[in-house]
Amino acid sequence: MTAAFPLILSGVQVRRQGKTVLGPVDLTLCANGTTIIVGPNGSGKTTLLRVMHGIERIRAGDVVWENDDPAKHAFVFQTPIMLRRSVAENLAYPLMMLKTPKDQIDMAVDHWLERIGLESSRGTQATRLSGGERQKLAIARALIRKPDVLFLDEPSANLDGHATREIEELLHEVANAGTRLVMATHDMGQARRLANDVVFLLNGRVHEYGPAEPLFATPSTLELMAFLRGDIVS
Amino acid sequence: MGIDEELWEISLRSLRVTLTALLIASMIAIPLGTYLAVQRFRCRRFVISIINALMGLPPVVVGLVVYIVLSRSGPFGVLNLLFTPTAMIIAQIIIITPVIASIAHQSMRELWAEYHDLLISLNTSKWQRILTLIHDGRRNLLTAALAGFGRAIGEVGAIMIVGGNIDHVSRVLTTAIALETGKGDFVLAMGLGFVLIGISILVNLAIHTLTRTEREGRW
Ligand SMILES: Nc1ncnc2c1ncn2[C@@H]1O[C@H](COP(=O)(O)OP(=O)(O)OP(=O)(O)O)[C@@H](O)[C@H]1O
Ligand SMILES: [Mg+2]
Repeated sequence: MTAAFPLILSGVQVRRQGKTVLGPVDLTLCANGTTIIVGPNGSGKTTLLRVMHGIERIRAGDVVWENDDPAKHAFVFQTPIMLRRSVAENLAYPLMMLKTPKDQIDMAVDHWLERIGLESSRGTQATRLSGGERQKLAIARALIRKPDVLFLDEPSANLDGHATREIEELLHEVANAGTRLVMATHDMGQARRLANDVVFLLNGRVHEYGPAEPLFATPSTLELMAFLRGDIVS
Repeated sequence: MGIDEELWEISLRSLRVTLTALLIASMIAIPLGTYLAVQRFRCRRFVISIINALMGLPPVVVGLVVYIVLSRSGPFGVLNLLFTPTAMIIAQIIIITPVIASIAHQSMRELWAEYHDLLISLNTSKWQRILTLIHDGRRNLLTAALAGFGRAIGEVGAIMIVGGNIDHVSRVLTTAIALETGKGDFVLAMGLGFVLIGISILVNLAIHTLTRTEREGRW
């Protein structure tokens, strides 16, 4: 559906302060569906997403998109980055940077404010929002450019069940509309609900990768089995 | 001319010289400080240390250099700027630009650390990044400018040299204080001193209120 995919990573390696934090990673993400990245803390989920998005310097290897248009990617960070502006101005920002005509921006902003239920806070300073509101705003701000690919880094960490469900509904809708989602999470329930395929990272490497259902039902490695049980994996 | 009128004239000149210098210095220093926060290039660290070093430049030396450059036999002698308010403005610009640039750079660096990932992710251009930081960090930049203002309005060494403290031409509050103190008229000197302090407080309060209303009104 999306022309950007498949995305092929070959021999990708990221080093920070002399230690390899990711890789070597070989991974091919196919054109459709939602890919969920799971793994323990520090396993490299954030780094892998950043590599795919093209905002992380890689030490070795290649990241090849079928059709690369950076304006068609969007990224939702693990800790939402709020501009020191109002909620509405935060939403408008990505379109302003594309020099979209003002009336179109206003329309899109109104649409998304309503979609995430923040109309009454449109003039509020974004840094004053609650964690859940920030997360929703960050997702809406990422979607306002109508990206083909949306990367999400644990978008519902620290959120309660209600806020998580709201976000998942939104993501479902977006995915059904044809946006390719690649998302890291440590919420296994969420992974099962959203995933078409799953990447299990361990110590910076892809430990298992495959379609979600068989992978969750019959994990082929002891580590993934332990991880799914909630055991500590190292 | 009465004392009051003269005081008024001197105070206004002080304000005019300093505010002009502040405006021009800010127009150089704020984009420069922000650019240095956003852009990595080979001699960036070097440029930053030059700015920090210039911040500690003794004003008297700045005055001396500007004097030499503007004096009749100097490279810009034909412009006849020595002993004019313009000469004082030039000296003040040289003194406060590094101060404003350095403070602006510091706070823009913090804001850039906060915004970096988002602005990179949105594929913004270098100019968009700089403008975004200036816009969203405007209150910190105002603080930087205020520091420059304080430094400039109270400066005496450099403007004494390049302005010459000429009555009705280049006399400002600080040079007048120096003159009256030298003549032994401490009462007048003190009076001028209070005016100087008053102006500083007023400008600070005005800017404080401005940013305050913005915060409460819109934020
Ligand atoms: N700026 C940095 N400098 C040095 N090491 C870093 C830096 N950022 C991350 N790392 C290391 O890189 C490794 C992978 O980090 P990453 O953030 O990708 O993990 P993660 O799977 O997203 O973890 P979490 O579940 O906690 O978000 C970790 O070991 C981390 O310590
Ligand atoms: Mg992470």
